[in-house]
Amino acid sequence: MKVVVCVKQIPDPALPGELDPSTNYLKRDDKLILDESDSYGVEMALQLVEAAGGGEVSLVSMAANGEVSGLRTALAMGAEDAVLVSDDALAGSDALGTARVLGAAISRMSPDLVLAGVESSDGYTGTVPEMIAGVLEMPSITFAKQIEVDGTTVKVQRQTEAGYDDVECQTPALVSVTAGVVEPRYPSFKGIMAAKKKPVEELDLAALGVDAAVVGRSGARQETVRVTAAEERQAGEVIEDEGDAHDKIVEFLGELKIV
Amino acid sequence: MSVETILVFGEGDEGSPSGLTLELLAAARGLATNVEVFVAGDGAAMAAELGAHGATRVHTTGPLDGKLMGVHAAAALQAHMETSSPDAVFFGQTPDGRDTAARLAVRIDQPVVTNNVGASFEDGTLVVEEPVFGGTQNVFTAFKNDGPALAIFRPKSFEAEATGGGEAEVVAVDAVDPGPAGSASVTGRHVEERSGPQLDDAEVVVSGGRGLGQPEAFEMIDELAGLLDAASGASRAIVDAGWVPYSKQVGQTGKVVKPNVYLACGISGATQHLVGMKGSKHIIAINKDPEAPIFGVADLGIVGDVHKVVPALIEALKSR
Repeated sequence: MKVVVCVKQIPDPALPGELDPSTNYLKRDDKLILDESDSYGVEMALQLVEAAGGGEVSLVSMAANGEVSGLRTALAMGAEDAVLVSDDALAGSDALGTARVLGAAISRMSPDLVLAGVESSDGYTGTVPEMIAGVLEMPSITFAKQIEVDGTTVKVQRQTEAGYDDVECQTPALVSVTAGVVEPRYPSFKGIMAAKKKPVEELDLAALGVDAAVVGRSGARQETVRVTAAEERQAGEVIEDEGDAHDKIVEFLGELKIV
Repeated sequence: MSVETILVFGEGDEGSPSGLTLELLAAARGLATNVEVFVAGDGAAMAAELGAHGATRVHTTGPLDGKLMGVHAAAALQAHMETSSPDAVFFGQTPDGRDTAARLAVRIDQPVVTNNVGASFEDGTLVVEEPVFGGTQNVFTAFKNDGPALAIFRPKSFEAEATGGGEAEVVAVDAVDPGPAGSASVTGRHVEERSGPQLDDAEVVVSGGRGLGQPEAFEMIDELAGLLDAASGASRAIVDAGWVPYSKQVGQTGKVVKPNVYLACGISGATQHLVGMKGSKHIIAINKDPEAPIFGVADLGIVGDVHKVVPALIEALKSR
């Protein structure tokens, strides 16, 4: 079984994010890391291939600047190889442009299954996986909290507002996985060393055959017209508990006529 | 300034439109002279309530018979939009709403903007508002495409309001076969048992986070919620850890809540969580770390041990 996992390399979410004042896009100057949301897809892919008795996990990613550090993390977890689409023209691409690029890259890889996180931790549009399935004209199941592959049938527990649905489709298919679906493994020292030698194929738009007009800022066909500071919520009283803080809460709830 | 027609992608359950659908109708009414709804499912059953919230027509495919919605909804929507030309289509930020908008975007080659909490028309162009960095800044995005604007909105961004209108006219829409891409089907439904007030509309929400230390400690959150006639919620950290089901998750990837009182117990206040609750009228936070970001938004902050403060609060409420 061949599984392709879409991964995104993002600015470290632990650092405060900032918009570039000239473009109003998220600054991506510092080192990028593997989006934690995607580590679940990588882990799920490794487990599914193992359960299928063999196969291969490949990665696909897109970056304007040739960044590979996040890809190395996923390779260290156990993925075999990676395709990175990198081109200056990609900066400012929206969800649809991103999906067209990733879709073109994935179609060259002929996977049985494509996995992606439900949404990235920096842009969180939550639409790219389903758009990729649209570009590939593949069936898809989003918001998976459990996946099982039985021959050519993919069986998924799909998270819903009320609980979950059992959903099935045939391969090749795309499935987007929720955070927490599996426990991502930590790369071993051996894995980290091996990852340095694993192949990362770098492609530009021309090599991929994607028209630069559908990506980047102009391809996005949307424009940030202004950015405003949100009204700050004022912090109230903060007290140290000395054994009677619960009375303070009861009093507060009493003033609001909750109790 | 208003435009002619906005189409709302309607969702619902057992013949009732969802609260989010009614919120989108209210938003669309403020922007367009005519508001219509598209339902991939049994829209006829919702026609009265949709009409009462200002929809003139409901275009409906009828029941999907177990097909997973997105692909089928998008194919039928595309066909519908070839004969009508709405200025914008508003989707709710739900799994099916996102799937449908995404598939439609590819089919008609138009951009989608997600995570919005506000909308206006400026010079005839839809401009949507998205909070970023945990809601500290708002980004306003104008559509520059030649075609309908596809926008996805977060729940609780607008107030639903009935107009007292009559039943919406029901217009049947032909289903369109999307081919093999439409092969995903729903074979079973599992509804988690839910009792008491629901997160979406509870007056009071009591939430627990990583500071609880262990899954069993969530029992006291449920007990406290019971005493306050509140819904219990959770941070993403303990949902991901499997302590409580996703249906309790409050935050960016979970539910957005705006109760009268939000009581956060052992929650540090990561951006992911703040996005889902900082619109609450009053916020009380209990956390042992005085530097926790949650105190930046709390009206009453208690620096203390949840394992002491919460049991004491439960006792105090019981003895009243």
